[in-house]
Amino acid sequence: MPTAPSARSEELLLASRALGPGARQSQLSVPSIHCGACVARIERLLGALPNVEQARANLSTKRVTVAWRGEQPPDLIAALDEAGYPAHLHDPMTDRVDGTLKQLVRALAVAGFAAGNVMMLSVAVWAGADAESRDIFHWLSAAIALPALAYSGRVFFRSAWQALRHGRTNMDVPVTIGVLLAFGMSLYETIHHGPYAYFDAALSLLFVLLIGRTLDHMMRERAATAVTGLARLAARGASVVQPDGSQRYLPIEDIRPGMSLALAAGDRVPVDARVVSGQSEVDASLVSGESLPRAVSAGSPVEAGILNLGGPITLEATATATDSFLAEMRRMMEGAEAGRAAYRRIADRAARLYAPVVHLTALATFAGWMIATGDAHFAVTTAIAVLIITCPCALGLAVPMVQVVASQRLFGRGVLAKGGGALERLADADHVVFDKTGTLTSGTPRLIDDAIAADVLAIAAAMAEGSRHPYSRAIAAEGRARHVPAVALADLREQAGAGLEGRLDGTLYRLGRPGWALTAADPDDAGVVLSADGALLCRFAFEDELRAGAREAIEQLQVDGLTIDIVSGDHEEAVHRLSTSLGLPYLAGVSPAAKVERLAALAARGAKVLMVGDGLNDAPALGAAHVSMAAASATDVGRTAADFVFLRDDLRAVPETIAVARRAQRLVRENLVLAAGYNALAVPIAILGLATPLVAAIAMSISSIAVVGNALRLAGRPTPLPQDKPRSTLQPFLEAGR
Amino acid sequence: MRDFYYLIPVALVLGGAGLAAFMWSLRNRQYEDLDGAAERILFDEDRPLKAPPRGDAADKAGG
Repeated sequence: MPTAPSARSEELLLASRALGPGARQSQLSVPSIHCGACVARIERLLGALPNVEQARANLSTKRVTVAWRGEQPPDLIAALDEAGYPAHLHDPMTDRVDGTLKQLVRALAVAGFAAGNVMMLSVAVWAGADAESRDIFHWLSAAIALPALAYSGRVFFRSAWQALRHGRTNMDVPVTIGVLLAFGMSLYETIHHGPYAYFDAALSLLFVLLIGRTLDHMMRERAATAVTGLARLAARGASVVQPDGSQRYLPIEDIRPGMSLALAAGDRVPVDARVVSGQSEVDASLVSGESLPRAVSAGSPVEAGILNLGGPITLEATATATDSFLAEMRRMMEGAEAGRAAYRRIADRAARLYAPVVHLTALATFAGWMIATGDAHFAVTTAIAVLIITCPCALGLAVPMVQVVASQRLFGRGVLAKGGGALERLADADHVVFDKTGTLTSGTPRLIDDAIAADVLAIAAAMAEGSRHPYSRAIAAEGRARHVPAVALADLREQAGAGLEGRLDGTLYRLGRPGWALTAADPDDAGVVLSADGALLCRFAFEDELRAGAREAIEQLQVDGLTIDIVSGDHEEAVHRLSTSLGLPYLAGVSPAAKVERLAALAARGAKVLMVGDGLNDAPALGAAHVSMAAASATDVGRTAADFVFLRDDLRAVPETIAVARRAQRLVRENLVLAAGYNALAVPIAILGLATPLVAAIAMSISSIAVVGNALRLAGRPTPLPQDKPRSTLQPFLEAGR
Repeated sequence: MRDFYYLIPVALVLGGAGLAAFMWSLRNRQYEDLDGAAERILFDEDRPLKAPPRGDAADKAGG
């Protein structure tokens, strides 16, 4: 962990929640909890720390909740780190306190109980109870159905009312009308000792629809939990240097322009700022899409979110958090998302066609029987029977069931789908826009090894071994790959913002920027060199490494008939090299706003664009695209904006997800056809006045079973996962999904 | 023949008891960590769930 311990404990304090006087509670995300032994060990370990009241690990969500007392939080993260469980703070702000799922489960339980008991009474009626017992059964059914409908039906009634009030109609409108009319008519029949009551139909309808609704919600909840479990990348606060020279850790909202901030190596810039003193290199790949580190010194502006790679630097804040680059991206994103809100879910589109047809049929039935027989009671009963039998039971289950199975399948393959609507939109996509840095490429530089002499590489690799700088790592990795002999240098040390130096056999070797390593150098030269006593030995060049499976993914997408292009914020040269090697058209040096414009232009031409990106600069585009995917390594904002997050390093997740989404779409269509076909069969029976409660119950169960069975076909035939190494911290999530 | 006069209330009460038990378990956070509950049984140490009253710091570390 690069952060200083004091800053970390301050951060822990900021993110904790007050429980009572002196007591606080912190939540940590510990992705590597994977068994009961881990749970027991973590609880024992944290429980033994001073001031800790209670520690409770949750294996399902991979979180630890710790209650503690005192002014200073115990160093929970360090204790967990030591025990081999890398942990990070779980932000209580991002954890939506969402009771909807619990409410749905409760409604489901009540509906299930009522439907079961009423069905039991109905079977007795169908079996031929005498008139007196039948009345008792009907009254009992009514007594059970009324509270159950009032409690469990609220979910649908409320949504239907909302839709009607705004002059729209959705799936819940015919459901609500059907259920309420069925109940009302049955109550009337019961009072007048009629033979047919549809209490069981109304309740089982509600029960089945609630199953669909609950599944839909669980799918979204799980994706949200997994996404918030990923490491948080934005800074929560910063160490402010006080006039007396001491440092204080302040939450990011309290930082004002003009404040002096100390930024350690490995930390991200908290707000837009200017470098005051110190020299370093910064990684702006998540912010602007630049793939190569940029050198900064006094006077250079740095945007919020940039990662400091080299030595400690002092900054002067130039903007508050709400005026910073990050906040600006958020605002752009909110504006961009307005376009997507116009998308209508397939079920709602079906309902828009379906509801008028059904209601007109019922009306026509009523009118027809009135004219034919003049019997108002019979005409009303038959018309309501038509509504009951056509109530979109199968339709309400047809869509969520398929999408739940599809997202379950994707989850097992390391892709989190944020909801059913995302799957529908992805199936429509015909154009893919890739970001370059961090999406098509892995975001880590690779040494271009054009026959570097082995002895030179050996020295460079030995020097680079101990450094965290991405270039050093690339050189060290290349050294290991070529099995160069180990060299032991004396006085090896790192000069922050410049490079590394060390002595071997009396010669001073320097690895780093030319201006520092060479005695005679062009000050603007931005390469990396190895020098011996100030004389050039070797010059190193780097390229951004292609992400695993990128080539295969692009080929597969082209086979699937999608148009692909690259839109990157990186420099022309870097984008050109990559694009030509992949044979794709590109736009380089694109600003975040221009990315959104580009997507708008494509959308205006009628293209349904899938945006795949990771950076802060992609976030508005991720929100603006028809549908979007982000890598797990993306910024917090990017992951929140995207419809899908893929946890594996392999880019083949993209065509795979599209394939699953398209298959799901086909099954949804099949299910809608099945439901329509069932109606075509059942409606004539109902119109003829032959739909007794028994017929309705049988027809309803058959159609639901058919639809569910069809949806489950998607789960069959698991295909093997392509072999790749998942990121170690993400592995538990993948395992949990299998 | 009129047996169902008391059989039906019995059935309803039993069903209602099941429903009430489910609601209680839901409210009591029994479903918050299903995987953990399955594993915990293997590592049970008969430790009180809640920490002992304040000032009893010696016991807290036990485990």
